[in-house]
Amino acid sequence: MAEQEYQKYYVPEQSPWPIVGAVALFLIAVGAGNFVIESTKGESGFGGWILLAGIVTLLVMLIGWFNNQINESMNGMHSDQLGRSYRQGMSWFIFSEVMFFAAFFGALFYARVIAVPWLAGEGNNAMTNEVLWPGFEDMWPLTKTPGGTETTAMGWMGLPLYNTIILLVSSFTCHFAHVALEKEQRGKLKLMLGLTVLLGCIFLFLQVEEYVHAYREMNLTLQSGVYGNTFFLLTGFHGMHVTLGTIILIVLWLRIMKGHFTPKNHFAFQAGSWYWHFVDVVWVMLFFFVYIL
Amino acid sequence: MSTATEHAHDDHHHHMPTGIKRWIFTTNHKDIGTLYLWFAFIMFLVGGAMAMVIRAELFQPGLQIVEPNFFNQMTTVHGLIMVFGAVMPAFTGLANWLVPMMIGAPDMALPRMNNWSFWILPFAFIILLASLFMEGGGPAFGWTFYAPLSTTYSGDSTALFVFSVHIMGISSIMGAINVIVTIWNMRAPGMTWMKMPLFVWTWLITAFLLIAVMPVLAGAVTMVLTDKFFGTSFFDAAGGGDPVMFQHIFWFFGHPEVYIMILPAFGIISQIVPTFSRKKLFGYASMVYATTSIALLSFIVWAHHMFTTGMPVAAELFFMIATMLISVPTGVKVFNWVATMWRGSLTFEVPMLFALAFIVLFTIGGLSGLMLAITPVDFQYHDTYFVVAHFHYVLVSGAVFSIMAAVYYWLPKWTGKMFDVTLAKWHFWCSLISVNVLFFPMHFIGLAGMPRRIPDYALQFADFNKWISIGGFAFGLSQLIFLAVVIKACRKQGEPVSDQVWEGAEGLEWEIPSPAPYHTFETPPVVK
Ligand code: HEM
Ligand SMILES: [Cu+2]
Repeated sequence: MAEQEYQKYYVPEQSPWPIVGAVALFLIAVGAGNFVIESTKGESGFGGWILLAGIVTLLVMLIGWFNNQINESMNGMHSDQLGRSYRQGMSWFIFSEVMFFAAFFGALFYARVIAVPWLAGEGNNAMTNEVLWPGFEDMWPLTKTPGGTETTAMGWMGLPLYNTIILLVSSFTCHFAHVALEKEQRGKLKLMLGLTVLLGCIFLFLQVEEYVHAYREMNLTLQSGVYGNTFFLLTGFHGMHVTLGTIILIVLWLRIMKGHFTPKNHFAFQAGSWYWHFVDVVWVMLFFFVYIL
Repeated sequence: MSTATEHAHDDHHHHMPTGIKRWIFTTNHKDIGTLYLWFAFIMFLVGGAMAMVIRAELFQPGLQIVEPNFFNQMTTVHGLIMVFGAVMPAFTGLANWLVPMMIGAPDMALPRMNNWSFWILPFAFIILLASLFMEGGGPAFGWTFYAPLSTTYSGDSTALFVFSVHIMGISSIMGAINVIVTIWNMRAPGMTWMKMPLFVWTWLITAFLLIAVMPVLAGAVTMVLTDKFFGTSFFDAAGGGDPVMFQHIFWFFGHPEVYIMILPAFGIISQIVPTFSRKKLFGYASMVYATTSIALLSFIVWAHHMFTTGMPVAAELFFMIATMLISVPTGVKVFNWVATMWRGSLTFEVPMLFALAFIVLFTIGGLSGLMLAITPVDFQYHDTYFVVAHFHYVLVSGAVFSIMAAVYYWLPKWTGKMFDVTLAKWHFWCSLISVNVLFFPMHFIGLAGMPRRIPDYALQFADFNKWISIGGFAFGLSQLIFLAVVIKACRKQGEPVSDQVWEGAEGLEWEIPSPAPYHTFETPPVVK
C-alpha cells in the first residue's frame, strides 16, 4: 500500500463555524416562531429581532466558513477525492430540494385531481356536495371555493411567459459561462455570468410585479383558497430559491473578478451552476403545472 | 484481511484537543458519534419520563393526576422526542462511530458539516421542550400532528413546533448526506459494494430514505404553519383543500420514516448474530436486496395508516397488497438470521441476548403489522391500543433493543474496557420481562376496543392497564441500570479487552486497537 500514490483526504481540525451555524438556526427558529405568533396577533415582541439576529449570525457564519474553505482550496489542501465528496454532497442536497418541491406539487395535484372534484360530488361523494357544499362546482383554477371566496386565475401569457424565457436563457448563459471557465476565457466568463445574474434579477423583479398585480387587481391572494395557496407557495418558494441562487452567482462573480477558479478546480462554480439549472427546471415544471394546465 | 494496524498509530500531527472546546468545535467522527449517542440517551430518558406520566395517569380509570390537555401534550412530545430525539440520533451516532471504521475511511466525508448537523439537535429540542411551558401549552395534537388538530384547534406553540421540526430536518438531511457521501466516496481500496458490512449497507439505504422524505415533512409542517397562521386552506374543505391531504403528505414521509428507524437495526443485528454464531451471515446478498426492496416498497404503502379515511376501494386494496408485500423481504431477513444461527457455535454474550430478543420481539411486531395491513380488520384495530402495541414492539423491542445491542457490542471497542457484564445482564433480563408486561397486554385491550391517546377509559380495561403501567415503570427503572453500565464504561472501569474483543468478530473495526485511536485509517487499509 505505502508504495502506491496516495493523496491524503483532508480532515479539517477543529472549526468554530458549525456551532455558530447551529446557534444561528436556533435564533432563526425561535425568532421566526415568535414573530409568526406576534405578527398574526398584532402584538409587539422580540420575535422579529431574534429572527434578524439569527439571520445576521448565519451570514457571519457563512462568510467565515466559506472564507476558510476558499483559503484551504486555494492553498491546494483539497484532494480530488474531497472534490468528489463535495460534488456528491451538492447533488444530494439538490435532490432533497427536489423532494421539498415535490411536497407542494403533490398538494397541487391532490387538490386539483381529488379534493376539488370530490367536494363537487364526484364518485360516491354526491352527499358531500349536496349536504355540505351545495352548489359548489368542480373547476380549476378554483376561482370560487366551496366556502364562496372568489378570485381570478393567473394566465400564462404575459409576465409568466417572459419569465420562463428569461430563466431558460439564463440557464444557457450560465452554461456558456461554465464552458468559458473550462476554456480559460475569463472575459467571456465574466460577461456570461454577469448576464445570468442580471437575468435572475429581472426575473425576480417581474415576479414581484406579478404578485403586486395579483394582489391589487386580480384579488388573487394567499388566502384565495387552494388555488391561491398552491400558486403562492410554489412560486414563492421558487422565488426564494432564485434569490438564493442569484446571491450565490453574485458571490461567484466577485470571486472570479478576484481571479479565483481554474479550468480544473472550480467546485464552487459548478455547485452554483447546478443549483441555477435546478431552479430553472423547477420553474419550467411550475410554468407548466401552475400556469398553463 | 488488511494492513490496518500498521497505520492506526500515525496520528502524531493532530494534537488531541481538550475540555469543552473539544466537543463544541470537533470535526472528529468518533467525538461526534459520542455526542449523538449521549444526546440520544438523554432524550430517551426525557421522553421516558413523559411515558411515566402517561402510564401513571392510565394506572386507573378516571382522571387522576394530569389535565387532559397536559396528557395530550405528553403523548405528543413523548412520540416526537423518541422518534426524532432518541432513535434517529442514536442510529446517526452509531453511523458516525462505525461507518468510517468499517469501510476504512479516515473520517466522515464532510467533517465540519457533521458537527453542524449534531449541534442543531440540542437547540431544536430545547425549543420543543420549552414550548411546553408556553401559555396554552405545547403541541398536543399527537406526533402525527393531523390537521385540523394542528391547525384550527392548536395553540400558539404550533409555530415553534414547526420551526423546531424544520431545523431537526435540516440536521437529519445534512447527517444523511454525510453518511451517503462517506459510503459512496470513502471506501478503502478493495472495499467493493458487496463486501461492505451490512450495517454500512443498511445505513446507505437509510440515508437515501432520509434525504427523500425529510423535505416532504418540511413541506407538511410548512403547510400547517400557513394554514394556521396565514389563512391558507390546504387542509380545509371550505377553501377547496382537504384534511385527508395532510395525512397523505404526512404518511408519505411517515412510512419511510418508520423504516429509517428499523433498517439500521437490521444492519446491527446482521453484524451481531454472525459474530456470536461464529459463522458467516447466511444470505448476505439476499440481505442487501431485501433491504433495498423494503426501502423502495416503503414509498408506496403510506395509506395503510389511512384505511378508515374513506378512500376509494381500489386505493384500499392497492395499499393493503403493497403493504403485505413488504413482509416478504422482511421475512427473508428473519429467515437469514435464524439460518445464520442454525448449527452455529452459539454463545450468549450480552449483545447476542439483545439481538435474540430483537429477532423474536420484532417478529411479533411485524406480525401484528401484518394484521393491521388487512384493510377490513384494520377498521376494527385502527386507533386502538393494538396499533400502540404494534409499533412499540417494532420500535422499543425492535429499534431500541438493537441500539442497546449495538452499544454493548461496540462499547468495549470504544472504551478499551469490558463493561460490567453482570449489571448488563440485569439490564437485559429486567428490560426483556418488563417490556413484555408493558406492551403485550396492549394487544388485548386494543382488540377489545380501547382507543389510543385518551387519558381515561372504560372500567373493563382497568386490570390490563394496571399491569401495563407496572410494566412501564419497571421498564423505565431498568434503563437506569443501562445508564449505570454506560457511565461505568465511560469512566474506563473494567478489564482491558483485546483488539478483536469478541472471539468471532470480523471486520475492519476489530483490527484496530481497543480503544479505537482518535484517528484511524489516515492511510486507507487495503481490503482483500
Ligand atoms: C412488517 C411490516 C409492517 C407492517 C405490515 C406494518 C403495518 C402497519 C399498519 C397497517 C399500521 C397502521 C395501523 C393503524 O393505524 O390502523 C402501522 C402503524 C405503525 N407502524 Fe407498522 N408495520 C410494519 C412494520 C413497522 C416497523 C418496522 C415500524 C417501525 C420501526 C413500524 C412502525 C409503525 C408505527 C410508528 C405505526 C403507528 C403510527 C401512528 O399512527 O402513530 N411498523 N403499521
Ligand atoms: Cu406504515
